[in-house]
Amino acid sequence: MTAIQSALRSRSTSAPASTFDVERIRVDFPILALEVGGKPLVYLDNAASSQMPRQVIDRLVRYQATQHANINRAVHYLSETATSEYENARRRLQRFIGAREEREVIFTSGTTDAINLVMHGYGRKFIGAGDEIILSTLEHHSNIVPWQMLAEEKGATIRVVPINDAGELLIGEYEKLFNAHTKFVGVTHVSNALGTINPVKHMTAFAHARGVPVLVDGAQAAPHMKVDVQDLDCDFYAFSGHKLCGPTGIGILYGKAALLERMQPFKGGGDMILSVTFEQTTYNTIPHKFEAGTPPIAAAIGLGAAVDYLSAIGMEAIAAHELDLLDYATEQINGIPGVRIIGTAGKKAAVLSFTVDGVHPHDVGTLLNQEGVAVRTGHHCAQPVMQRFRVPATSRASFAFYNTLAEVDALIAGIRTVQKVFA
Amino acid sequence: MADYKSLYQEVILDHNKKPRNYGVLEHASHHAVGHNPLCGDHISVALNFDRECIDCIAFQGESCAICKASASMMTAAIKGKSRADAEILIHEFLAMATGKLDLDSPNHIGRLAVFAGVCDLPTRVKCAILPWHTLHAAFNSVASTSTEADNDPMRAPIGNA
Repeated sequence: MTAIQSALRSRSTSAPASTFDVERIRVDFPILALEVGGKPLVYLDNAASSQMPRQVIDRLVRYQATQHANINRAVHYLSETATSEYENARRRLQRFIGAREEREVIFTSGTTDAINLVMHGYGRKFIGAGDEIILSTLEHHSNIVPWQMLAEEKGATIRVVPINDAGELLIGEYEKLFNAHTKFVGVTHVSNALGTINPVKHMTAFAHARGVPVLVDGAQAAPHMKVDVQDLDCDFYAFSGHKLCGPTGIGILYGKAALLERMQPFKGGGDMILSVTFEQTTYNTIPHKFEAGTPPIAAAIGLGAAVDYLSAIGMEAIAAHELDLLDYATEQINGIPGVRIIGTAGKKAAVLSFTVDGVHPHDVGTLLNQEGVAVRTGHHCAQPVMQRFRVPATSRASFAFYNTLAEVDALIAGIRTVQKVFA
Repeated sequence: MADYKSLYQEVILDHNKKPRNYGVLEHASHHAVGHNPLCGDHISVALNFDRECIDCIAFQGESCAICKASASMMTAAIKGKSRADAEILIHEFLAMATGKLDLDSPNHIGRLAVFAGVCDLPTRVKCAILPWHTLHAAFNSVASTSTEADNDPMRAPIGNA
């Protein structure tokens, strides 16, 4: 019995989360059996990209082997099959995030593409000279740079929500940033560099009370917790497939239908039109208005399989296991003199950024790799966060539900080895 | 599989801990700053010639152990050399770091051979070569260099300036 079958079974009998069987889940991930330099792979770079279970790999193979054709075009069997599977994937994503309607789910190439879609489709139409956009210090570059490009083009201004020494947003300061010119808020649900979980529901309600729409970057949240976009009430929610066991090159933008309808298209081309003459083009309805050209059909279907896989295990069970890993790793790292955790928010996802005294993160990363431990080192595409903590870079261990306490031990042993080499 | 351990040899760790020629050189005739935007590392190299030979050289910066040790050993290696000889060494070091130097054929690498293993770690090659590109930039009075810039002197053929 595979983990997914077992999870489906345990869910149907309402088994408690304590039956979470990580060893059984690991069997689903062929890559986790790899050795690196003669040591078992300890993959702790899940915030950059997660690994893919056999169920998703098999789904991609089945699609390519038996169902592939272009979608929304021909009347033949394969085209109808591919179109129907692609739209089924959209419905899976709709259910996964609790969207009201399936047309509120737009397939994009990833989070970056989704944010750029909002910048072009909403920002360039509704934000102008003198307007203000609120972003947070915790943003990934992908939720900073598009808005800087817009601000430069339109003569708008970006205001930044500061953070405290724990890496938490100062919500009082956020609220003070609002004024008559505030036209948009972009905020990350979970910080990719620090793991901080932001109070996006409250922040959204505050913005809405002032008529300001909110985009939530969910790239680091959707893989690790139950996301309900209707509960959050945010106007846009974006995330990537490859961070939640799906393929690269696919992600989604959730947007409220009424807003998506008012927006202008981002990319022009096939599929996003109803009719074209050289005098005038009539755009298609949502979501197709924002899906110009042939989309990554296989990747979308693979993402549908990935969210089914995660849902069968249960996002609550996933979050609980990852919190166990985080708590254990935090306690262990705090026990090593000379190692400092960057980002100590009260509410965190399973991301551990740390520095080792006297050792550059790149040397930490290379030496951990020697022990088979994969972590990310660098600025994590979040240079404002690094500047805030006055570090050029950190090492970052980020956990997924298939990681184990023994792998945390391997990380800790690796950090001690690094210290020994540099003693 | 590369032997990663070979990179963190005693000599590299020692130069990282106690870098030679580390500091500021007053009234330098040649100076350049090197920057690797991918990791935020930056180092500056300053030097003075006494007639034909490099008389004084110093470096400073924030970087990983590989970069700092490379800079330290570079300054030790080129002190007293003519510019032409230094250019030859730059050329040979870059070739070695990118796996293009036959260490069995005649060369001037000497103790710098401890960096040969870096060619098996593509993500760390830039760490090892940043000081050498910065030195090259200093020779040519290029105010600053980067591992990523379009007009990057690091991408141009080295040694024929």
